Amino acid sequence: MNALSIRKLRKTYNNGFEALKGIDLDVAEGDFFALLGPNGAGKSTAIGIISSLVNSSSGQVSIFGHDLNTDRANAKCCLGVVPQEVNFNQFDTVRSIVFNQAGYYGIPRQRAIERTEICLKQMDLWDKRDTVSRRLSGGMKRRVMIARAMVHEPKLLILDEPTAGVDIEIRRSMWKMMQTLNDNGTTIILTTHYLEEAESLCRNIAIIDQGNIVENTDMASLLARLHVDHFVLDLAEPLLTLPDIAGYQIDSVTDKVLNVTVPKAIGLNALFNELSRLNIRVVSLKNKSNRLEQLFMDLIDSSAEGNHS
Amino acid sequence: MNVLIPLRTIVVKEIVRFVRIWPQTLLPPAITTALYFLIFGKLIGSRIGTIEGASYMDYIVPGIILMSVISHSYANVVSSFYSTKFQRNIEELLVAPVPNWVILAGYISGGVIRGLLVGIVVTLISLLFTSIAVQNIFITLSIAFLTAVLFALAGFINAILAESFDDISIIPNFVLTPLSYLGGVFYSVGMLPEIWQTISKGNPILYMVNTFRYGLIGVSDVNIEFAYLITIGFIVMAVFFSLLMLHKGVGIKN
Repeated sequence: MNALSIRKLRKTYNNGFEALKGIDLDVAEGDFFALLGPNGAGKSTAIGIISSLVNSSSGQVSIFGHDLNTDRANAKCCLGVVPQEVNFNQFDTVRSIVFNQAGYYGIPRQRAIERTEICLKQMDLWDKRDTVSRRLSGGMKRRVMIARAMVHEPKLLILDEPTAGVDIEIRRSMWKMMQTLNDNGTTIILTTHYLEEAESLCRNIAIIDQGNIVENTDMASLLARLHVDHFVLDLAEPLLTLPDIAGYQIDSVTDKVLNVTVPKAIGLNALFNELSRLNIRVVSLKNKSNRLEQLFMDLIDSSAEGNHS
Repeated sequence: MNVLIPLRTIVVKEIVRFVRIWPQTLLPPAITTALYFLIFGKLIGSRIGTIEGASYMDYIVPGIILMSVISHSYANVVSSFYSTKFQRNIEELLVAPVPNWVILAGYISGGVIRGLLVGIVVTLISLLFTSIAVQNIFITLSIAFLTAVLFALAGFINAILAESFDDISIIPNFVLTPLSYLGGVFYSVGMLPEIWQTISKGNPILYMVNTFRYGLIGVSDVNIEFAYLITIGFIVMAVFFSLLMLHKGVGIKN
């Protein structure tokens, strides 16, 4: 069964702006799915409709087989949403935010107390349970929202840019936490502007642009489409002139650091052979991520060209 | 799903909210009404004499109690629901399987409980100045409850339609307060010129104040059955309108 199934979903706002132009999307149960797109592409509108915060103009959304129009209560019970921006009452304590959300899902008091404790411990927030939420750091506030979204044990969790604006340490701990949730069976849909995040966590991906799904495939197939890799070479000695090696595009970052674009068809061996022949000694080599970013930009650019032509 | 659980959650959250800020919610009406009783009841009232057989102090007590119930049941819902909307934590309710009528009933219950609690506080303050021998307990309690429900609903509608904090103060300041003061709280409409008596009869608060006064001291300017009809009629319309707006997502959904 699909965790999420969207058919011909359209949304036109009152000002005439068409945010979604009839999208179709399926997310399989157990998947870790990336929904990417530039700002204003329609991601937030799609998530808003799935989470009942935005009324659709037409189309169908079902969550674990429960249609959002005809079986809304059951559809909502399967879904947890972590929004982009903090949206809890900042005067409430951490515990009451999570406990009240359990109440909204009809969870009896004793079970709600237990679930609140479990979720706060999972998010490493149990020590902060009686803290008024406005006193928390940005990372902690995001973890409160994840705990709140998990309190009713949803089968599908949507994380809308959960790591935006948090430092790298918190981001990595959140990646680990998301991975654990997915390993435990929760289907996750992630939107993010950090493409390396999507590349390392997600198995399948859809890219939305100007209200249309412009790509919907698995991550491995998408990345396989990239014909070139980018590498950074650290040199032992400074170079006076850039080497000109057929088939490779070489740019200098500094006199001892080069950016090299390597066509996959040619590979690295020929490059190193040529560098050795020119007596250029390479100290280290690293892949210049981000591969997905390159593809993302290509897809968005071709989508824009398609709309202009 | 047992809908009583989300209903109880909203109601308890609302009670905790207004009790937590009791110096803003429960204390001011005690001080304001004590001043009303002192100035209008004791100092000026003693020179006015009686109205329809009741001392002026006894005459204004019901109106002041009900005016407090009206303003606080309204204020509780309008400020709480608008803040919920403004801070976007209304989304907590919208993503959950909470039926619209439960959202409405939860917020209205919070407003009614605060309104009646303030009514009790004001009644206790009034006992410092006069004694009240309740004439009809059923009418007294039922009209206080229905009035609180009606104005909590009005606060809810105001909060849904409001787009700024200014919008939630316009109705209380420019509509509710004048209607309350002109609703026979401090005088009998029979004391007004005929044209103003006719105009006053278009003010729904007049009917509630007089019915409450009838329950407490047995004096009224209006027909009691008609007053109930008006109050219940307005409640039915306000419930219908509120549910319609929630269903359409007016002010809370895109």
